Amino acid sequence: MAGQGGGGGTGFFHEDEVLGKAYDARLMRRLVGYLRPYTLGVVVAILMLLGLSATQVLPPVVAKFIVDSAITPAVTKEIPVAEGLSRLGLLALAYLAVLAANAGLRYGQNMLTTVIGQKAMYDLRIELFRHLQFLPLSFFDRNPVGRLMTRITNDIDALIEMVSRGVVSIFGDVFVLAGVMIAMLLLDYRLALITFIALPVIVALTAYFRGIMRDSFRAIRIRLARVNSYLNETLSGISVVQLFTRERETFRRFDDLNLDLYKANQGFVRANAIFQPAINFTRATTSALLFAAGGWLILQGELTVGTLLAFWQLLEQFFRPILDLSEKYNIMQAAMASSERVFRLLDTPRTVADPPTAIELRHVRGEVRFDRVWFSYQIAARQAVSDHGRHGPRAEGDDAMQDWVLRDVGFTISAGERVAIVGATGAGKTSIISLISRFYDVQRGRILLDGVDIRDVKQRDLRRHIGVVLQDPFIFAGTIASNIRLNDETISDEGVRAAARFVNADKFIDRLPDGYDAVVTERGSMLSVGQKQLLAFARAIAFNPEILLVLDEATSSVDTETEHLIQGALGRLMKGRTSIVIAHRLSTIQNVDRIIVLHKGRVVEVGTHRELLAERGVYHRLYELQYRAHQAV
Amino acid sequence: MTAAALLVTIPPRLIGAIVDDVTRGAPFSAVAVLAAAMIAVAAAEGLIRGTGRYHIVDASRRVEYEMRNDLLAHLQQMQLGYFQQQRIGDLMARLTNDLSAVRQMYGYGFLMTAMTVMLLVFSVASMLQVSVKLTVLSMLVMPVASVTFALIGRRVQRKFRDLQAQFGDLSTKAQENFSGIRVVKAYSQEEPEIASFAAINAEYVRRAIDLAKVNGLIWPAMSLMIGVAVLIVLYVGGIDAITGAMTIGQLVQFVAYLYLLSFPMVAFGEITNIFQQGWASLARLQEIFDAAPAIADPVDPVPGPIRGEVEMRGVSFAYGNAVVLRDVSFRVPAGGSLAIVGPTGSGKSTLVNLAPRLFDAQQGEVLVDGVSVKRYPLAVLRRAIGYVPQETYLFSVPLRENVGFGVDEALSDDRLGWAADVAQLSKDVEDFPARYDTMIGERGVTLSGGQKQRTAIARAVAKDPRILILDDALSSVDTHTESEILRRMRAVMRERTSIVVAHRISTVKDADEILVIDEGRIAERGTHLELLEHGGLYAQMYRRQLLEEELEVDEEQAEHEKRVRQAEGEPTAFRPRLPREGGLAEGP
Repeated sequence: MAGQGGGGGTGFFHEDEVLGKAYDARLMRRLVGYLRPYTLGVVVAILMLLGLSATQVLPPVVAKFIVDSAITPAVTKEIPVAEGLSRLGLLALAYLAVLAANAGLRYGQNMLTTVIGQKAMYDLRIELFRHLQFLPLSFFDRNPVGRLMTRITNDIDALIEMVSRGVVSIFGDVFVLAGVMIAMLLLDYRLALITFIALPVIVALTAYFRGIMRDSFRAIRIRLARVNSYLNETLSGISVVQLFTRERETFRRFDDLNLDLYKANQGFVRANAIFQPAINFTRATTSALLFAAGGWLILQGELTVGTLLAFWQLLEQFFRPILDLSEKYNIMQAAMASSERVFRLLDTPRTVADPPTAIELRHVRGEVRFDRVWFSYQIAARQAVSDHGRHGPRAEGDDAMQDWVLRDVGFTISAGERVAIVGATGAGKTSIISLISRFYDVQRGRILLDGVDIRDVKQRDLRRHIGVVLQDPFIFAGTIASNIRLNDETISDEGVRAAARFVNADKFIDRLPDGYDAVVTERGSMLSVGQKQLLAFARAIAFNPEILLVLDEATSSVDTETEHLIQGALGRLMKGRTSIVIAHRLSTIQNVDRIIVLHKGRVVEVGTHRELLAERGVYHRLYELQYRAHQAV
Repeated sequence: MTAAALLVTIPPRLIGAIVDDVTRGAPFSAVAVLAAAMIAVAAAEGLIRGTGRYHIVDASRRVEYEMRNDLLAHLQQMQLGYFQQQRIGDLMARLTNDLSAVRQMYGYGFLMTAMTVMLLVFSVASMLQVSVKLTVLSMLVMPVASVTFALIGRRVQRKFRDLQAQFGDLSTKAQENFSGIRVVKAYSQEEPEIASFAAINAEYVRRAIDLAKVNGLIWPAMSLMIGVAVLIVLYVGGIDAITGAMTIGQLVQFVAYLYLLSFPMVAFGEITNIFQQGWASLARLQEIFDAAPAIADPVDPVPGPIRGEVEMRGVSFAYGNAVVLRDVSFRVPAGGSLAIVGPTGSGKSTLVNLAPRLFDAQQGEVLVDGVSVKRYPLAVLRRAIGYVPQETYLFSVPLRENVGFGVDEALSDDRLGWAADVAQLSKDVEDFPARYDTMIGERGVTLSGGQKQRTAIARAVAKDPRILILDDALSSVDTHTESEILRRMRAVMRERTSIVVAHRISTVKDADEILVIDEGRIAERGTHLELLEHGGLYAQMYRRQLLEEELEVDEEQAEHEKRVRQAEGEPTAFRPRLPREGGLAEGP
């Protein structure tokens, strides 16, 4: 499926197809910003890194002195043997000290950077999660859960990896390279210059392979994303796959994607299998040159054996960082791509946000007024996307093109009034509920609560006074009780039970092995849809809101018996509370004071059941259909 | 690899010879020949090592590829119950992170182990030639090293497993939050959700640092031990050189061997790491493989074709301790129809899940054409059944492929149109941007609940099944569309068996037999009329539904209705427009 489109032309993978740069100054600056709270730690880490690099360059130098100042003079009888031995002992102690310092610094530096990386990215991960909590629903309509999960798990982990390994090892490498070069120049500039002949070769080799690596990493990442998203979809829909005996076909498609990934990897593996030996060969050639030149100089009496040996060892250190270059490049590139995606997400504006001068809502009477409201999901989505940085703002164009869900809708529901909104599917009923809860903002007109534009009210306050029962009941991993009270500890156990009793959910709950403490699993798969809906009702009731919104056919999957009980409970609940009920079945709205009929996004009729029937308009037709359907029973 | 390792041990000899030559004051030409030899050896070694490296790493990618395929193939065989226990987020974590750790183990892990072991053998052999005493002394660090790494390694493995488990929790929490964002927002649960995510995240960080504490020991410890070995050689060898027991060249050669060993030895730390993590991950993958499919093909399968008779004999079923079905028996002849009604949670869904073997009954027998469902190959059984589940799941592929999901060959336009007609989907499709080729889901249009259900019905109908099962599959469809779907379906199902779970009497009343399930038992059974006469639960249900209508219709209204109908003749059908509830998402 995903692979069929070719060229990554599909939205989902587009995002993962980022640049492929291993370094981006703008992103890096921003990332470094997250290290600011840990400045002291960073400074200490850099100092440790400097010390570590020094302890890495020192051993060859100490070894040089062992050979030149202790062994050689003693062998050539320039100094007495005893003197040679005591010098050897002292230098050995110095060597040991350097080794111990090296090990200590390495451990300390590694721990410190791990802690800094983890903590900084902890902050970023929380910031991202927090940001997502307050993004408008239109954002979630467009962005699949799997993608957001990748951002908050794998992408952040890639950044941790970069902070605590990539960046540090690159700094460390630079320090070691500089240290080696300085040590070489100090020891003997002629040999140093000969060694540096290798530099242009190394630069050319790495430049060439970096191009190959960049391309293959990008290719690999796109294919990996395809494989994983296909996997995720297949596992989520496994029962459908099995019921429709599509195991073989699904597997075949998966195999295609998987093989594609394998082939993309093969390209990289091949390139790396050439790169590493090529660098190794350069090193061997350089060291052969070194020994030839050094040998000649020694024969001329212008160089000591110890210095030549020190050079040889320093050369080894010089090449080591270059050998795992591809690994570092991989870490950096993945991190850059990840940070690009994470930051883009963080930059998504909260289009539905609290104004700076938000009004606090303490007491609500519950009057709801729609003042010439226009709403379109497309525009809402486009606003979320354009602010996402991909498209410039677009003119709204003429109304006909906008797929308005609500067109110039106006009505007032007084405090405590019970109103039903009816209309055929797609008439815009659900939108009304979503707009009152401010899941979306209206594009034209306004919605007033007790005379105040809901955009001027803190969302938290607004929603505290509104109880919503959604069409698709959602169950959190936890217990039955935690799903009713959510995280509100002010709702007592008794409150939870009362709410459950109120909606007659207590019967099935009592039958569960652990009752209210029964553990419900992810996506509530232990519970039937009807039971989930009962729980959602109990949840709404436990929060005792001033305004109650019952969405769509929230009761549709509950059997008649239970639905009847719920309706009784709802009747009691709606009393004295502003209530807006949406249901296709006219029977569920018999308790309301007034009915608003929506047709193609417009309010076409308002009145009581009887008045509307007498009007013989849209409501009458809806009613007739409903009635006839049941007449047939 | 062996050749490469052998070649690698040559340069130290050359270096030792060069040093001895220059200290002795040999002619430069001798030195130049030795240096040229170094280059030749390096070229040969690079060629061999590059090839070897390619093959080993490529093999590890191959292993990853095969393993990923095997995992999917295995998971596809697992029964539904397994996925209800196992969280998808956790499974995905295993299939991504753990798989990659295992691949690392097979690739770099094996590559470096092979290199290390061979280098060790050849270097030690060469070292022994130079000086037995120095070899023994420098190898003294080995036992210390092994004990250290065995100790560290075990802890790394455990801490890594802890970390991975926490990563799974982190994913699960994020997934749950994003999926339930509407509820989170509606109940202003943002802050508590952030707090609970922060707690999981903090624990993740704690475990990561915990792992680093042990893991970070490996490399410094290893390089310290190498350093100590070099030091011992320099010191003891230095004494030997001073006293004339060996030449400086030999000492250098010896140190060169140690350096040769040092890289793989330091890498040994990383190898330990890779193996520990790889091993822990392999165990987590093995857990998946070890879970045997509880529902599988029989050893002595009964061949099809299936006519469509469905029977249950004394079937009982429990999820853990919760008994859901008790002693249920019924028989639907091929071509017959059965309807199942009953209160929420009474076991209706479970009951219909038993026929396609999404679950197996713990007691009693489920029979199709008089043969236990367990004796059919799963593919034969499931191919004969068209199933519309309670919760619709569509794939992010074009609508055409979604409808044709259960059809082996490419779905013909005729059959597609026919299935869509039966499911009352055709009208909606006309409004879709690319009609039947419109992408569904994330990357295409978001369907309303009703459209999803109707697509799922079309998908089941397109299979042309002998047995059709609708599990409360019309709940999001309005009454009018429902009756239209049922009317068309009846024509289609005339010679097929149908089992329908529903809540509305209108959906079930025409069935040959209706079962009323209550608390897992069949409380009543019979035809619509029989059940009404019986005056039990069903009759109550019916009366209540009827009553609801009657409440709204007083006599005046009834009169009014009658007049309207007479005046207008047949009422014009009110056609619901394309719903836009979900927010129509188009590609950018």
